[in-house]
Amino acid sequence: MAKVKMSKKMTSIDMTAMCDVAFLLLTFFILTATAKQPEPLPVDTPSSTVQVKLPETDLAIITIGDSGKVFFGVKAAEVRVKTLELISEKYKLQFTDKEKTDFGLIDEFGVPVNQLKVLIGMKSAQRNKVGQQAGIPHDSLDNQLAEWVRAARTANAEINQKQLNFAIKGDSKEQYPEIKKVMDILQDQRVNKFNLVTGLRSDNF
Amino acid sequence: MAELNTGDGGGKGKKVRSKKQNSKVDLTAMVDLAFLLITFFMLTTSLSKPQSMDLGMPEKDSKIPPILIADARTMTILVGPDNKLKTYMGQFTSPLEGPKDVVYGKAGVRKDLLAKIKSVPEVMGDPKKGLIVLIKADKKSNYKNLVDVLDEMAICKVPTYAIVDITKEEANLFEK
Repeated sequence: MAKVKMSKKMTSIDMTAMCDVAFLLLTFFILTATAKQPEPLPVDTPSSTVQVKLPETDLAIITIGDSGKVFFGVKAAEVRVKTLELISEKYKLQFTDKEKTDFGLIDEFGVPVNQLKVLIGMKSAQRNKVGQQAGIPHDSLDNQLAEWVRAARTANAEINQKQLNFAIKGDSKEQYPEIKKVMDILQDQRVNKFNLVTGLRSDNF
Repeated sequence: MAELNTGDGGGKGKKVRSKKQNSKVDLTAMVDLAFLLITFFMLTTSLSKPQSMDLGMPEKDSKIPPILIADARTMTILVGPDNKLKTYMGQFTSPLEGPKDVVYGKAGVRKDLLAKIKSVPEVMGDPKKGLIVLIKADKKSNYKNLVDVLDEMAICKVPTYAIVDITKEEANLFEK
């Protein structure tokens, strides 16, 4: 009699501690996970087998997609604000402090400088609507991308005392000359090393 | 397993005992769910970080004198429109091999590259003088083609490679 009763009791284990640990870990992962940011210019990156991760800091990403539209974004918010200040000096534009902080929250943008004020004033949902932003001009007549690159490098050097890394995130269907144009702009400023953002695949193709 | 002990013993005068049993809730399902979510968040956080490919370009300064290299060491890969690919060895005007059509992938350009990586140091008679690959992308090629070729360089571990502008004659190869 006694033996049967014992084995019956063993079947249920106290799960409280396990549950505690599980939820602690769950909370940790939820908090550390970064939510996917909405992109104003969604691109389909080509895949490669290289498994090098993109650097987290001191990074600027140039996105190229939708037949030659170029978007620009700097990772660190302070550097963004400083970049905007340098650009506003260059193009003789005035930005209020609020506009500067708001610009620090914009991950990437693609408008000519004269539309920048309007863009900052927009709500983020409206701003990130696909097709809303026309891209940064980067031809030889009005090379604003080069100015942004230069300003971001200066800003990063001032704030972090480090070289800014550049990543090119191109759409896989983008024509090569468009990519080449951006590479040339970077190379004109002696940025000879950059990262190409790619997806992952196996080498069995 | 999933029992929620609500039972009072049914008997009379055992009320104290039944209240004690009430406090035990089965947490198995809750733990299951928690671990499922943990797994999900763990995988998504590590995988969402984008991959990147390092690319070093040669200095654009025209004052640096060009380095002369042997024809036998240089292989040129022409990246053309419509996923076309051509390779030749040596100079365009007097190629040692080719130009011939190849395809992307394991059976195509990778096989050639691996063979050349092995044979070039033997031909040169110096293990330090490895293969040099020049990548020339046509105006009508797309970005994916370029990344595919660069990826082949990474897979085959080509010692030296560079992206160079395509010449008119080379681009004409794709015209016909």
